[in-house]
Amino acid sequence: MTEVVLSTHALTRHFGGLAAVSAVTLEAKMGELHAVIGPNGAGKSTLINMLSGDLPPSSGTVTINGRDVTGFAAHQISRMGVGRSYQKTNVFLTFSAFENCRLAAQSRHKSSMRFFRPAARLSQVNRAAEDALNAAGLASRADSIASALSHGEQRQLEIAMTLATQPTLLLLDEPLAGMGAEESASMVALLKRLVATHAILLVEHDMDAVFALADRLTVMVNGQVLASGTPAEIRANRVVQEAYLGDGHSEDVHG
Amino acid sequence: MTASRANTIVLAVAVLALAAAPFFAEKFYVQFFAKILIMGILAMSLDLLLGYTGLVSFGHAAFYGAAAYTLALLTPPYQAANFWTSFPLAIGASALLALAIGFFVVRTSGIYFIMVTLAFAQMLYFLFHDTKIAGGNDGIYIDVRPVAKIGEWQPFNLDNFVHIFYLVLVLFVLVYILLRVILASPFGRVLVGIKANEARMRSLGFATFRYKLVAFMIAGAIAGVAGYLSSIQFGVVNPEMMGWHLSGAVMMMVIIGGMGTLTGPIIGAAAWMLLELGFQGLPAVRSSVGEVDLGKHWQLWMGSFIVLASLLLPNGLLGLGAAAVRRMRKARD
Repeated sequence: MTEVVLSTHALTRHFGGLAAVSAVTLEAKMGELHAVIGPNGAGKSTLINMLSGDLPPSSGTVTINGRDVTGFAAHQISRMGVGRSYQKTNVFLTFSAFENCRLAAQSRHKSSMRFFRPAARLSQVNRAAEDALNAAGLASRADSIASALSHGEQRQLEIAMTLATQPTLLLLDEPLAGMGAEESASMVALLKRLVATHAILLVEHDMDAVFALADRLTVMVNGQVLASGTPAEIRANRVVQEAYLGDGHSEDVHG
Repeated sequence: MTASRANTIVLAVAVLALAAAPFFAEKFYVQFFAKILIMGILAMSLDLLLGYTGLVSFGHAAFYGAAAYTLALLTPPYQAANFWTSFPLAIGASALLALAIGFFVVRTSGIYFIMVTLAFAQMLYFLFHDTKIAGGNDGIYIDVRPVAKIGEWQPFNLDNFVHIFYLVLVLFVLVYILLRVILASPFGRVLVGIKANEARMRSLGFATFRYKLVAFMIAGAIAGVAGYLSSIQFGVVNPEMMGWHLSGAVMMMVIIGGMGTLTGPIIGAAAWMLLELGFQGLPAVRSSVGEVDLGKHWQLWMGSFIVLASLLLPNGLLGLGAAAVRRMRKARD
């Protein structure tokens, strides 16, 4: 399985005179997890925002499943089979976990311009929502209101919602942010399961998790790609060590 | 029991009680109850936008007035219009107007949405106020009320205030049921999602513009039902029916009653109308500064009520009732 799901060519975004992302070219393949790492301000979030349609690129192209989707709006990108999670938890806090996923799954129903039949009776949609909660390990919390979930559970819900839209490509923006050790471990296990059936682009700061999960790594600094390769290649890369991985991660680098 | 089901039961009891009103109440009060129900329809339609979709429309009276003016223009001088054609045409006119205005305003959000809806409604107000269309700023009388004949059979007679009352009551119930059904539908769930987090809805694949536009149109059409009913009850149509005073008053009814509940805005409409009537009926009193007519200054008391209700009732009058029920349950357990 080496089908290319996502590819970008020379993707660039300027904010005024600042090039937040410049000329980034990368690929994400089915069954592979591609991690993008880099220090704060490297342009990782801007990159992911361009891929999800939340931000239009200044130049360059984005291709998803063989189709040029450059400049598409967020809802159009989503409908191309892309699920995105956010760095800051972005769920419907007043809805139950199930309703969060049910609404997400409803977006894949033929049409939501239906006015007379109760939404709760769309059995296909209900099943997709249940499956997503199961996959994310949240089935037991289905009826809990999202705001009553723990931080880690909310992060899981965030993933469950993207799964409910039955995507082929997952764009995950720091899914481990703010998690404790135990929560992190279960999220890492979840991502390991998901990669078998999805192409995943992961932005993450937790280097242990990144090196445990990634099939491919892209290192960004100041909006540019510093290096790209397998985890072993990145570990061995002198420039990366100096610019980014530094002392704090020496065990990772040598280990 | 869900909150909306409990509200529906309470409302059903109130509607049944009201249905008996013509048997014991004077004409003034029967018409007054009809007016409350008409305002209730208007408030429910605004709640679909304000309370469920998160669209703070400050120009909702435009669609209320549009239906009324449609009836005025469809009524030939000294003759009757046909109810069965003028009613759907009036609602259709409101819906079309809402579609046209919505196409522009729904692109904006927050404070800009409030401003642009107000601007469109005021443009229409001045169109009817400053030109000679349908009587200009004086408005126009519907000399003869529409006739609801099917062949030779006339199921109801709109010259009879009791018949109007029951027509209003039936349409009020139908609008309530329609909105409850819509809110439970896939479409309704999308609206509530848009209110909660529109950006997230987009990233889940919903083209939110379309849903907001259709919600705006449905709300406009239902406001048209209220406007039509008002014009046949009072036999007069004037630019004030489109003015910002009315848009603001309906918004107050929705907020004070409890937005996003459908039942709350009905309670808000009833409270509003009853207080207005009560304050206007206050007597003149003698005081050290001379005679003060309390009834003449009813707007002062109304304003005090709005301030107090906003400060003390974060979830509106309905929220007050819900809190009382919770306290009773707690005491019982």
